[in-house]
Amino acid sequence: MSEAPPPAKPVRPRLSRQQEQRRTILRSAFLTVGLLLLQPLAAIPIVRRLRDRLRPPGALEETRFLGACIKCGQCVQVCPVQAIVLADATEGFGIGVPYIDARQQACDFSCDALSCILACPTGALSHELKAKEEVRIGVARLARPDACLARRGEPFRGLARGNSFGGVLRYEEIDRWNAIPMRDHAYDRPVCDLCVIECPIGEQAIRLAPLDPTDGGAEGLFTPDVHRGCVGCGVCEMVCPAEPAAIVVDARAVFAGHGEEPRRHRDRDDAHEDDS
Amino acid sequence: MAAPGLLDQLAVVLGRAPRKRPPSPAAAAIALAKRGKTPKKNELLAEIEHAHGIHTWRNRRWAVLLGVNLLFTLSFWIDIQVLEGSLTASRLLGFHLADVYSSLLVMLAQRHVAVNLVIGATTIALFWGLVGGRSFCSWVCPYHLVAEWAEMLHLRLARSGRIRDHGIHRGVRVVFWLVFAALAFATGQTLFLALNPIGILSRLLVYGPSLALGWVVAILLFEVLYARRAWCRYVCPIGLTYGILGAKAPVRVTYDLEVCAHEGECRKVCEVPHVLDLTIKGRAEEPKLDVGPDCTRCGLCVDVCPTGALRYELKGVKRLL
Repeated sequence: MSEAPPPAKPVRPRLSRQQEQRRTILRSAFLTVGLLLLQPLAAIPIVRRLRDRLRPPGALEETRFLGACIKCGQCVQVCPVQAIVLADATEGFGIGVPYIDARQQACDFSCDALSCILACPTGALSHELKAKEEVRIGVARLARPDACLARRGEPFRGLARGNSFGGVLRYEEIDRWNAIPMRDHAYDRPVCDLCVIECPIGEQAIRLAPLDPTDGGAEGLFTPDVHRGCVGCGVCEMVCPAEPAAIVVDARAVFAGHGEEPRRHRDRDDAHEDDS
Repeated sequence: MAAPGLLDQLAVVLGRAPRKRPPSPAAAAIALAKRGKTPKKNELLAEIEHAHGIHTWRNRRWAVLLGVNLLFTLSFWIDIQVLEGSLTASRLLGFHLADVYSSLLVMLAQRHVAVNLVIGATTIALFWGLVGGRSFCSWVCPYHLVAEWAEMLHLRLARSGRIRDHGIHRGVRVVFWLVFAALAFATGQTLFLALNPIGILSRLLVYGPSLALGWVVAILLFEVLYARRAWCRYVCPIGLTYGILGAKAPVRVTYDLEVCAHEGECRKVCEVPHVLDLTIKGRAEEPKLDVGPDCTRCGLCVDVCPTGALRYELKGVKRLL
């Protein structure tokens, strides 16, 4: 009888029905507030513009686009070159929303029909676009002119992105209907002009122009010259043999004028400007 | 079988506790006839233990759930193109389907009626209206499946006394439903779709793993350690929407007062035990009753009932025959 009692379990005080009810209400309130605090948290990546994503063709203005997307991924499924991927939780409200990483896999309009727009059930990708020429994902810009082979007068022979690159591209002269891996297609160009010859839009969008000697070059050199017709598909960025790419697409930028830097952020500056 | 009216049932879905009401003469007569004859719990131990080993409906349900989600996955992976998209919106052989509440949020955020979403959401509403709204939860929702596994862990820990279940008021589910909708309209962003573990898991099954899985694990941990089945019981506006849409659905779990032993095993396994309050002694207003609209038709109670008092039924079939 003199044995010490086993170490007492902490006895939970018995709550009256009223006390228990009060705690239930309190817990419910905490749960509600806790989840709603995630609203500002999820807004951080958009407010601070942590990422400038290239969105698929027809995407609405960025913040409207994020809200209009139901995050189903049907655009991902119909893209024949799988250029579209879905963003992760680090992008806040952008989670599950499609984007294109052009350097990895650009949109080359292999579908010929803007399939992603047709697949979108919500209109986040606007059905108003009818042709690839009307698309405005962004504008290409020669971000690293010193790396551009054309400006150095260098030829390009071989695989644009090497043997391990997984991207695909449709070469109309090889297969009109299907894109093939870029590592299966070797080039032989006396002066590197891959960004120009592979542009799905053509000379309305990009041309090789003589390099102005005052622009730091010798006679007889060339430079890629972006024009008003650029849709921002990113094929130039994908095929550029320089590492990192000399030419890149600025998401949602607007063509500002020939030879000028594209203006950034169509939606922030001038949402309704006619940029055709 | 009229008993609690539709409005009463919907009030319970929205969070009110089921009310105790006097039984009908028929129910009272059965209760009187059963007095003293109903087996006591200790006389039923063998049957209860036997019933706990029955998983007929659970296994069928898991097979359907995995099958539907696999159809999404394979439609993309091996390109069979039967069910393309994910659970928020998809195409079945080209025909639009869309989750009803997700579509509502997107249209509120956009302040624009998207015709394809209306078509898809109406189709889905009609389907679940027939098959029993929250059947979606237990027969299709991938989060429901992982939450069931987490619940097993929760119950094991609770039995050993290391944790306990903390009750939360079911009414907050309505608050969430309204607040998520209001936020979508006011801010243009859909907070719920960013948090929605159904969408996260469905996309994960189709498009591959993502960091968002961490959020799903966090919810599951909350459920294991703090509040049993918290997301499905107290938060999910998708479940609430389907519960209301399926309030008159002909696919039902029905209750038979005459054979019920009132030992209460069904309420212990149920995700939404308030729908089984009618199995408490003295609570059934009629000899035969339908289980309320919050029922997910998961069949755990059908499997576990030692006397066969709870069964699936397709209402109206007898009348048709």
